Amino acid sequence: MEALKQELKESILEALNLEEFTVADINDTDPLFGDGLGLDSIDALELIVLLDKDYGIKLTDPEESKSIFKSVEVLASYVEANRKK
Amino acid sequence: MKPIYIHSAVCITAQDSFEDGIMVPLKTSEGKVQAKHPEYRDFIPPAAARRMAPAVKMGVAAASKALQKANVEQPDAIITGSGMGCMLDTEKFLNALIENKEEFLTPTAFIQSTHNTVGGQIALGLHCKAYNNTYVHGSLSFESTLFDAQLALQEGSATTVLAGCVDELGTEFVEYVRLKEQQETIPKQVPYGEGTAFFVLSQEVKEEGVILRGLQTFRTVSEDDITEKMLQFLRENQLETESIDAVFLGTTGDSYDGYYNVVSKSFLPKIVRIPFKEYSGDFYTCMGFAVWWAQYLLQEQCAPGYNCEPDVTPKYQNILIYTQEKGQNHSFILLSKT
Repeated sequence: MEALKQELKESILEALNLEEFTVADINDTDPLFGDGLGLDSIDALELIVLLDKDYGIKLTDPEESKSIFKSVEVLASYVEANRKK
Repeated sequence: MKPIYIHSAVCITAQDSFEDGIMVPLKTSEGKVQAKHPEYRDFIPPAAARRMAPAVKMGVAAASKALQKANVEQPDAIITGSGMGCMLDTEKFLNALIENKEEFLTPTAFIQSTHNTVGGQIALGLHCKAYNNTYVHGSLSFESTLFDAQLALQEGSATTVLAGCVDELGTEFVEYVRLKEQQETIPKQVPYGEGTAFFVLSQEVKEEGVILRGLQTFRTVSEDDITEKMLQFLRENQLETESIDAVFLGTTGDSYDGYYNVVSKSFLPKIVRIPFKEYSGDFYTCMGFAVWWAQYLLQEQCAPGYNCEPDVTPKYQNILIYTQEKGQNHSFILLSKT
């Protein structure tokens, strides 16, 4: 799980071009949207594509996406349980 | 008709033009030259900058500084010209399309790849809902922008216009263009470049200022006719060749330089001739750099980066800029000191 969290943090930084942050800056429980990394709706779309491309997870329910992207910890648990690749 | 004054001008190129630094000719051996990027944090919030490719950052920073210099908070129109738009994101998006077999397409590169991204981002940053248009007319993109700005001001639909241009190198497409150019019998001798220039234009009088006196473009003209076209353009603006104090020419060293040679012969041998593409590199909207440099000469009466002599009798009163691309898209721009 720790390796997956690390991998997700690296992917998020790269996909969203968050040059201001490093992996060490993202705590597992930090909110990704709002006060934490300050991500927005375009970032949400980028993350949905990232999950599909890297883990074969297709998110179609916006409400579900909202809860999955709560933090890296929540996201990693969801990926672990639902990944197809 | 009232003249159009250039209230401010800001430029980013391979030169230190953003800081009005000394102009140095580029090495002809270099295939491509990147712009000297300023510190964008001073003009763009980091959260906004993370999605911006160089073209967008350059355009937004130059536009922002131009407005600051002119003490304008909200222009009545934002008009932008770009020959190739946001090339880097276009390349990213299209490559992703191919690599991922048209699946997993992400929104950012697509959104940022459109030609009007720069004009849009400037407006978003200013919360400006005024007229906003982008011209994509190859090597006449900047000239088309100036035409629109001229019309907006003269028709009275705007009193202050932010007009500019931008083009970026990207990573692949321009390289293919360069390789193709190298196969020409007489290829261009100047490197390919990138950059931006933004101007605040208004009919409000600026004392001791510079006016955009004339602007004319031609799709095609023969080498035999170009001199007459130029003379006619000067006559329409009540000038003769003897009244021109400096000529900016878009020479590149290719087989179409004959146009510049015949135009140049019409002017007194002693006047300054500046081959501006040897300083900016060649890109569709490098005319913006020429206009920036010419207005600087007229305004300060010396080249950027030099200490100008005080109380010197104006040496530069009228400057003509002429360029063309492969014998097509000819443009003349005339600037005068008031």
